[in-house]
Amino acid sequence: MSIEVRNIVKKFGDFAALDHVDLTVPHGELMALLGPSGSGKTTLLRIIAGLDWPDSGEVAFDGENALSRAPGERSVGFVFQHYALFRHMTVFENVAFGLRVQPRSVRKDEAAIRARVKELLDLVQLDWLSSRYPSQLSGGQRQRIALARALAIEPRVLLLDEPFGALDAKVRKELRTWLRSLHEEINVTSIFVTHDQEEALEVANSVVVMDKGHIEQIGTPSDVYDNPQTAFVHGFIGESIVLPVEVDDGRVRLGDTPLNIAAERGSSGPSKLFVRRHDMQISPCGWGGLEGTVRRVRTFGPIQRADIVVSGNRGETIIEIDVPRDRELRDGEVVGLQPRRYRIFADRI
Amino acid sequence: MPETAIAVPLERTDARSEPRWVRGLLIGFTILFLTVFIVLPLVIVFAEAFARGAHAYLAALADPEALSAIKLTLIVAVISVGLNLVFGLVAAWAIAKFEFPGKTLLISLVDLPFSVSPVISGLVFVLLFGAQGFLGPWLQDHDIQLLFALPGIALATTFVTFPFVSRALIPLMQEQGTAEEEAALSLGASGLQTFFRVTLPNIKWGLLYGVLLCNARAMGEFGAVSVVSGHIRGETNTMPLLVEILYNEYQFVSAFAIASLLALLALVTLVAKTILERHLDEGQRPSEH
Repeated sequence: MSIEVRNIVKKFGDFAALDHVDLTVPHGELMALLGPSGSGKTTLLRIIAGLDWPDSGEVAFDGENALSRAPGERSVGFVFQHYALFRHMTVFENVAFGLRVQPRSVRKDEAAIRARVKELLDLVQLDWLSSRYPSQLSGGQRQRIALARALAIEPRVLLLDEPFGALDAKVRKELRTWLRSLHEEINVTSIFVTHDQEEALEVANSVVVMDKGHIEQIGTPSDVYDNPQTAFVHGFIGESIVLPVEVDDGRVRLGDTPLNIAAERGSSGPSKLFVRRHDMQISPCGWGGLEGTVRRVRTFGPIQRADIVVSGNRGETIIEIDVPRDRELRDGEVVGLQPRRYRIFADRI
Repeated sequence: MPETAIAVPLERTDARSEPRWVRGLLIGFTILFLTVFIVLPLVIVFAEAFARGAHAYLAALADPEALSAIKLTLIVAVISVGLNLVFGLVAAWAIAKFEFPGKTLLISLVDLPFSVSPVISGLVFVLLFGAQGFLGPWLQDHDIQLLFALPGIALATTFVTFPFVSRALIPLMQEQGTAEEEAALSLGASGLQTFFRVTLPNIKWGLLYGVLLCNARAMGEFGAVSVVSGHIRGETNTMPLLVEILYNEYQFVSAFAIASLLALLALVTLVAKTILERHLDEGQRPSEH
């Protein structure tokens, strides 16, 4: 099922959690909503699920208005951040819940319910836990039971709120791979919320980067990593070196020194120069105006890492770059810096 | 040398525990206090009740006045516990699961009956419904008897015991949050199904706990009931009121026989409370973390 979100606004008091958000999720997509806390990603997920209501805007499933439907009528499977398993029910009854509360006219008989629950527990590979209570399970097991419970109602869309947030690193890695293969197997349109870029880039086939109630960029994982469209995305995803610069009709200055790099023609004003750390290299002085003083050098294994102080009008900036071992650096040495690739974004006023 | 260090007998093995005599003193003092102030009175109640033998005891309980008092007490308890079960559940639900303006005020209001002297609570109803009261003339015109009758007694008791159920439920429901209800809704459950299948089972021990304490207080309430009852013998006397009347009339065996029933109620409540608290501790173990 495809999902369209149009012009959604949601305010909590004066705080705009979502500020005119538009989003289209094609059928079969595995999409990540990525952003720092407070960016509105969970609110957007809850609005799609029907657990929150927008102040204005539309949500449509396959072109049909979804806002007029109660959460239970949207056939949405929702996996909560802390799983929200029913604590007084066994694993089996948790998974069976969605089937048991169906209206009598469409409810399956007991044997069919049992068969379906068994099938789901097999799918998440936890059928041996069916008579346990949630408090007797590990975090990873609870997560998978929560998923099985959400899948029981044969949802047309699966929504997961920070699905791996509360798990330790090892279990998290296993579950990521597992979620990907599960998605390939059942191919239901899925959206998950995360603040972990690695998780988003690794699991999803499309990533939505959000900040302060806005969508900053939508694209494939490699797209948002290699071609960030905004300063926020460049800074949030991957490691970046950021230098404050002045742009004057396409010419770039650091302090009073003109730099041998170009910004977009016609752009002016205070901006930020973004360079991936692995794209910044040491060059002889005098290359193109960008220079810095070596502050501290540390070596480990094949890597030599240096803190380099770059001064400009708006104070000193310390950047950290990797230098090959054969290039010897001394504290206090002035070196030239050459970005292989870079992006310049004007400061938002 | 290490050998000498080992050879020294250690008087206190654990630096965190008190010396033995301090422990002994504390435990001894506690036991003495409990004996004098709680066990002894309890024993005396039963001793006095059976002072002239089991026959006199049973005869005292079989007295029409006593039977009427027991019956009235039970009826009042059923009414006020029933009302407070519903009110308490609704209030706790509203406070724990929703955000609305004036919530803090509502929480304080719920606790009000605990901070007001029961006699004052009773007086409030007299001022409201009495012959010279605010609504008294209207009630008289319509021939409705509230005071000095069952409705007044039930009202006063309900007022005094109002906080028990909601107080037992509010922290429990707040701690459990709304995630499980949301999960149930998203799985297609209706509001009623969510309540009976998810919310109620999660709070059932807390609810029973509140009902138990509410019942104990409803049956034992004296002050508020004393003001509104009118002490009509065989009609508006509850058990605690009858105990006082009988005692003042020097009918010690009868007074203590009724009192022994109230004491028994207290003991049963105590045992049930302990059992419920054990269930509550288990049920409260959160499923997350």
